[in-house]
Parts: sequence; structure tokens; C-alpha cells
Amino acid sequence: MSILVIAEHDNSSLKQATLNVVATAKAIGGDIDVLVAGENCGAVAEAAAKAEGVNKVLVADNAAYGHFLAENLGELVAEVGKGYSHILAAAGTTGKDFMPRVAALLDVAQVSDIIRVESEDTFVRPIYAGNAIATVKASDAIKVITVRPTAFDPVAAEGGSAAVEQLDAVKDAGLSTFVNEELAKSDRPDLGSAGIVVSGGRGMQNGDNFKMLEQVADLLGAAVGASRAAVDAGFVPNDMQVGQTGKIVAPQLYIAVGISGAIQHLAGMSDSKVIVAINKDEEAPIFQVADYGLVADLFEAVPQLEEELKKVL
Amino acid sequence: MKVLVAVKRVIDYNVKVRVKPDNTGVDLANVKMAMNPFCEIAVEEAVRLKEKGVASEIVVVSIGPKAAQEQIRTALALGADRGIHIETDEEVQSLEAAKLLKSVVEKEEPKLVILGKQSIDSDNNQTGQMLAALTGMGQGTFASEVAVDGEKVNVTREIDGGLMTVALDLPAVVTTDLRLNEPRYASLPNIMKAKKKPLESMSPADLGVDIANRLSTLKVEAPAARQAGVKVADVAELVDKLKNEAKVI
Ligand SMILES: Cc1cc2nc3c(=O)[nH]c(=O)nc-3n(C[C@H](O)[C@H](O)[C@H](O)COP(=O)(O)OP(=O)(O)OC[C@H]3O[C@@H](n4cnc5c(N)ncnc54)[C@H](O)[C@@H]3O)c2cc1C
Ligand SMILES: Nc1ncnc2c1ncn2[C@@H]1O[C@H](COP(=O)(O)O)[C@@H](O)[C@H]1O
Repeated sequence: MSILVIAEHDNSSLKQATLNVVATAKAIGGDIDVLVAGENCGAVAEAAAKAEGVNKVLVADNAAYGHFLAENLGELVAEVGKGYSHILAAAGTTGKDFMPRVAALLDVAQVSDIIRVESEDTFVRPIYAGNAIATVKASDAIKVITVRPTAFDPVAAEGGSAAVEQLDAVKDAGLSTFVNEELAKSDRPDLGSAGIVVSGGRGMQNGDNFKMLEQVADLLGAAVGASRAAVDAGFVPNDMQVGQTGKIVAPQLYIAVGISGAIQHLAGMSDSKVIVAINKDEEAPIFQVADYGLVADLFEAVPQLEEELKKVL
Repeated sequence: MKVLVAVKRVIDYNVKVRVKPDNTGVDLANVKMAMNPFCEIAVEEAVRLKEKGVASEIVVVSIGPKAAQEQIRTALALGADRGIHIETDEEVQSLEAAKLLKSVVEKEEPKLVILGKQSIDSDNNQTGQMLAALTGMGQGTFASEVAVDGEKVNVTREIDGGLMTVALDLPAVVTTDLRLNEPRYASLPNIMKAKKKPLESMSPADLGVDIANRLSTLKVEAPAARQAGVKVADVAELVDKLKNEAKVI
């Protein structure tokens, strides 16, 4: 078996999710190659070559891949990937965008968002917003798979010394062009891989009040997340949404503030190790999954939390 | 321009899903079914394009059992002009759905195809991208804004890092995210009118598409349940527990 892992990166650094996906590849077993497709992404290739368990790094460095346009990446990965038994990518918005194109071009099914490997052709994945867990067997010769990174412990970022090979074939489908992007700038850890996440919901009432959560988050070195209701209401941007159709997080500690605990929200955070809920409604469903529940008005509890944390940290 | 919208019949998002005791799937008997929420957003976007004079005709297509005609009728009541039902009682997975939609695209030649980003039952998030690849179209996935401009469409996409805008040549595929619009409700008169709108039915075989599944589900289980923990009296107790009991801070 030979596995191709598509690296997730921003052209300058390798995202941790790639290390989680390499771990998934190790669980399947076989030679692991990593494809780094981007523009001026040499540093990423070097980082990928150091990851534990990687056999070879393939680099496709071209303007056509600079913005990870799915039309171009799809053609490239389908071409490079056809010699492999498995093609894996993280189930982030980039992987979700181009991987189904790869599967369609290869005329194979895709297995989305796997959380466990049972064998080389059998995988476990949540369905119905995590209300059910399916074990599925893929019959196609090439398995195209997206991986939920939080479900696999990452391989070591250092220690490997894979060969790096440049690919010169350029795939530019000519169907799409990049116009612009507005990326959230934050010094806080990445939501998907943060050890602690503090999230706010509709109970926060407005965007300004999220500052209270940010102060707590900064004391804890945490990322800040949100429910869909808080994003829809415009309190915070879309990249903060945790849930079935937003980001999946599984930190050591998840603090839900003014969030009711709808199933679609739980789908994104119920694998957290410890869950804290602060909600003024003692009947809120979030308390059914919380390890520690505090029935309180958040406008009193959150400033108190900040003070108490200052005392002990 | 003609817009094609794909809508899927799924379990209503408010229903508490239960796994069958024999672990073969989830219990769908006597459960409320509805249009996939992302497909509602897709229909709404098409209707708004028509109201703006950008779209001239909206064709809505659904693949599924006879009862999927209810969701097609809902879309017609919301403003779609005509329905296509690809009828089958078999489970249709994303690649096969994309192939069926491709044959509809070849026949109808729409300028824009709008799908939901994800079915809330399979949580696949695949069909739109697969359809785009099979038809050689560009794709604007997870759209929060769609702006048609002549022979191009600009799509603003919700991505992990924020927002990204791409320009696509038409015809193109768009998949909807939550913030694209807020779907309207169908009015009673429009529900009545929708009953008279044309709805054509065909089978996967009529379209020459093999819908045999490539993925087989070996079992479906309930997730490991989390136990509710304790209620703490105040913030001081909470911080104490986090530090000394859970040891996570
Ligand atoms: C297709 C689809 C996809 C979805 N995807 C997601 C998703 O990915 N992520 C997601 O989060 N949701 C998602 N949702 C939405 C989900 O169903 C809920 O509507 C949403 O999670 C509710 O957000 P909330 O808990 O912030 O708001 P609410 O349910 O309104 O809860 C607000 C809570 O705040 C509490 N509160 C209010 N004031 C205070 C106060 N002063 N002090 C303390 N507590 C207070 C209230 O008691 C209440 O429990 C999706 C829905 C659909 C249909
Ligand atoms: N059986 C179906 N009938 C019509 N449209 C479908 C069907 N299955 C998937 N789709 C479309 O593809 C989108 C994404 O579905 P999926 O790839 O299954 O998550 C849905 O929101 C629909 O727009």
C-alpha cells in the first residue's frame, strides 16, 4: 500500500492538521508520501520532510496552486494520486473543496471526515451531526478520504528526513481565478488545534461583549469560538463557528458561555476532554454534556472568572 | 439565464436521531422529513436571482423516493418554475448523485447550478464539487455571497481562515453556506399554485446512470454518551475544580 497525504499549509508554514493526517496514514499502514502544492512553498516542503514517518515529499510549486483553487488542485492530485492506494487530506475547508473533485476525476467514492481506521478499506465516521457513528467499507481501488484531524494524535513534527522531489507538471484548469481574501488576524492559537477553547453564543448579546471572553482566553492561552447564532447575528466572523457545519474542536478544555447546546453545536465540541458550561437557564441542554456547569448570568460570571483565574494562574 | 437547484429530502433538523437497535442505520420510520436546510438556502438564492432579473428560469431537481416530490413542490412554492424528480428507492451516494445531476445538466444546460454544501444526514459535503469536476465547471463552495456579472460569477466563500472570493466562468457550480441568505417561507397561495407547476419524473436507468453504491455501511452505532457532570455553586469552585480536580488549567 502507498498513501498520498495532501499537505495543508499557507505557503509559508505547514499546518498541524497535516501531522494528524500523516498519523491517520500510519494507522492505515504503508509508504507515506506527502504532496505540497502551493506557490513559493519551499519552506513547507522542508517542514513536511521532517515529519515523522514520511517517505517522500512531492512539491508542486506554481502560481496555479497559490490560492489552493480546487479546480487546479483537483486535477493535480488526481494525476499524482492515481498511483496510490489511498489519498488523504484534512477535512478543513481546503480539503473539503478539492478532494471530491479528485474522487470524481478518478471515478471513486470519497469517505468524508473519518475519525478512526478499522482496516485498509474500512473507516469510521460520524453522520447525522454525530448522532450516529457509521463504519463504512470502500470498494474502490483508490480510497479518497478526508480526515477529522482532532480524532488522530499528530506525528512528531521533527525527526524525519524524507527526500524532496519537485514536480514540474502544471495543472491550470482555467476555470477560476482568485479575487481576494479577508483573513482573520489573531495572535491566539488556531481554533482547530487549541488546547483550550472559550466560546460564546447568542447570550453574549453583541460583538463588544466578546471582549470579555477574549480576556479570559488570553489568560488561558485559549482560542475563541462561537455558536452559529453568534455568527449569524454578526457578533463575530464565520471562521469562529464551532459545530456540525463549522469547525470541529476537541480541546482539553471547552468553556461554553451563553450557548444553549443545540445538537449542531455539540457535534463540533463534544469530543472535548472537559466541558464547562455557563448559562443562566438551568434546563439548557448544554448542561447534559458539561462536566462542570455553572448556572449564572454570564455578565457576572465571566468577569469573576477572569479575576479568579488571575489569582491562580 | 437558467438556474438549476438540487434539493435533497432528509430528516428534519429538529428531529432527535435514533440509531436502530440492530445497528443497520438510523430509524426513519414515522420521522418528520424536510428539505435539507442548505438546499433551502440554495432555492432562496435562485429565487432572489430571479427577482433581480438575473435568472430567467429555475429548475429544481431531487433524487430520491416518490415522497421527495414533496420537497420539489416546496421549492416550486418558494418560486422555482419546474421540477425534475429522479425517482429511486435505493440509497444514492454522492458520486452517483453527481452523475445523475450531470445528465440533467447536459440536458438542461443551466448557467448556474446551486446545491447545498452538505446534507445533514450523510454530512458528506461532496456532491457539488463532484458535479463540477464531472461537468468541467468551476466551483464556488461554502458561498456567503454570489454576484453574477455577465459571463462570470464572483463567489465569496466561508473558509477556515475567514472569507475568500473567487471569480468563475459560467456555467459554474455554487454550494451554499449558512450566511448566504435567510430562506423565506412559502405562502399558502403559492403552495396552491405550486401544485400546478410542471414536474417531470424519470428513473436513474432513463438517464443511463449506474447508481450501485461504492461504499457499504457495515454498521451504525450510537455515539458514546457523555455523562452530565456536576453543577458548581460559584466561579471560585469552578476554577478550583478545573485546577485541582480536572487539572486542565
Ligand atoms: C443546517 C444547520 C446547521 C447548523 N450548524 C451549526 C453549527 O455548526 N454550529 C452551531 O453552533 N450551530 C449550528 N446550527 C444552529 C443550532 O441549531 C442552534 O440554533 C445554535 O447553535 C444556537 O446558538 P446559541 O446556543 O448561541 O443560541 P441559543 O440557542 O439562543 O442559546 C442562547 C443561550 O444563552 C443563554 N443566555 C442568554 N443570556 C444569558 C446570560 N446573560 N447569561 C448566561 N446565559 C445566557 C440562554 O439561556 C440560552 O441557553 C445549525 C443549524 C442548522 C439548521
Ligand atoms: N439525492 C439528492 N437529490 C438532490 N440533490 C442532492 C441529493 N444528494 C445531494 N444533493 C445535493 O448535494 C448537496 C450536498 O450533498 P452531500 O454531498 O450529500 O453532502 C445537497 O445539499 C444537495 O444540494
